[in-house]
Amino acid sequence: MPTIKIPAPLRPYADGQRALILPGRNVAEILEEIVTLYPELKKHLYGDDTQLRPFVNLFLGDENIKELQGLDTPLTEGDIILIIPSIAGG
Amino acid sequence: MLPELSHEEIHRYSRHLLIPDVGLKGQQKLKAASVLVIGTGGLGSPVALYLAAAGVGRIGLVDYDVVDYTNLQRQIIHGQSRLGDLKVESARDRMLDLNPEIQVDVYNEFLNSENAFEIAEPYDLIVDGTDNFPTRYLVNDLCVLTGKPNVYGSIFRFDGQASVFYAKEGPCYRCLFPEPPPHGLVPSCAEGGVLGVLPGTIGSIQATEALKLILGIGEPLIGKLLLYDALDLSFQTVKLHKNPDCKICGENPEVTALIDYEAFCGVPSHDHEEGSAGEEWDITATELEARLKEGDDLLLVDVREPHELEISNLKGSELIPLGQFASRLSELDSSQDIVLFCKAGTRSTRALEIMASAGFKKVKNLKGGINAWAMEVDPSLPIY
Repeated sequence: MPTIKIPAPLRPYADGQRALILPGRNVAEILEEIVTLYPELKKHLYGDDTQLRPFVNLFLGDENIKELQGLDTPLTEGDIILIIPSIAGG
Repeated sequence: MLPELSHEEIHRYSRHLLIPDVGLKGQQKLKAASVLVIGTGGLGSPVALYLAAAGVGRIGLVDYDVVDYTNLQRQIIHGQSRLGDLKVESARDRMLDLNPEIQVDVYNEFLNSENAFEIAEPYDLIVDGTDNFPTRYLVNDLCVLTGKPNVYGSIFRFDGQASVFYAKEGPCYRCLFPEPPPHGLVPSCAEGGVLGVLPGTIGSIQATEALKLILGIGEPLIGKLLLYDALDLSFQTVKLHKNPDCKICGENPEVTALIDYEAFCGVPSHDHEEGSAGEEWDITATELEARLKEGDDLLLVDVREPHELEISNLKGSELIPLGQFASRLSELDSSQDIVLFCKAGTRSTRALEIMASAGFKKVKNLKGGINAWAMEVDPSLPIY
């Protein structure tokens, strides 16, 4: 199963988890799993519609899923999805 | 013509001159270079110190703040003896003590759309060491519009990011983050905390990138985002692409001048906690004390994280951390008078917004949080 890494600003909404191994044949499915598990995450990832919020970037390996097949990007065993948040601290 | 180096300078920069990639010519390039550092806080501290030590000839510092006690956990350019002094002056003095051969310009100003072009004009590149979204978008747009590289770094708790946004050769900050997160979604360091050494790591990377750009050596982080996780000590680099629809550096840019960034981001251009939900919703610590003394039946709800209770606590309060607030709203009774509080009033304001939109009316925000209570009512409690 693929792994999804949760960045620090989102961890309070995911019971403090840093990474989760979840089922999902593509990015949309693994996101569905994670928001089912942690419903509070939903508003941080999605806007009012089903689109990802513009400041949420998901990467598979070193590539943004926008450059792959977006939410339909297929996942295989051992893939790691990174959520890269907008942070502003300095 | 590059400037000559004096014998003192040759002696001082000996360890640079020994590296073939730098050498005498590289050191002369550093002397001829000018860098503007926005922010003299966590990131700005190591950036300014290392650029000064490296012999960058002209360094500008922009900050409007004064040195605060809570800065000293990470802002190593400042010191205890400079508490209350202007940050730009404290930083300049430390830099000139480290290297009197350089020129340090100080701008004790709030960087905004009116003064940004004039301040940035004399500098070759800009280092973004700010602590808030509006200034980050301002710095990005300023760099795109003036064609200067933006050496970016950002931090939160144990996580850091660094990149070089240079629209002439690659993507800009808006290509990656077209819009800022809505108010309240991403906590700042003042709310969420930051490991003191983290800006040391990320700021040092920013200083490295600035020096590489000046020297024209190596591969800069253009088109790449470096992600650092201090907890598992991992560095990962991901690819960034120019967004053809980018509103400032895309094919048909909509943004052709600096805009109102506070309005764009919906938050003020600083990382100071405001602590107020507005007059109608606030209760001050002194007012709360009076109501409790009168025996009012108030439920105090603490929206901080459990570990913060060990620092300070209000007797009889109930803990519902902000992260769980929406899902635990059913535990609260809308007929009961409720006072929400956190450290300084920012998180409790968010909790109040959640309650107000769920129809709760008898709810107040403790203005300034438990820190205000410690200051006004109970000095036995520490302030953090």
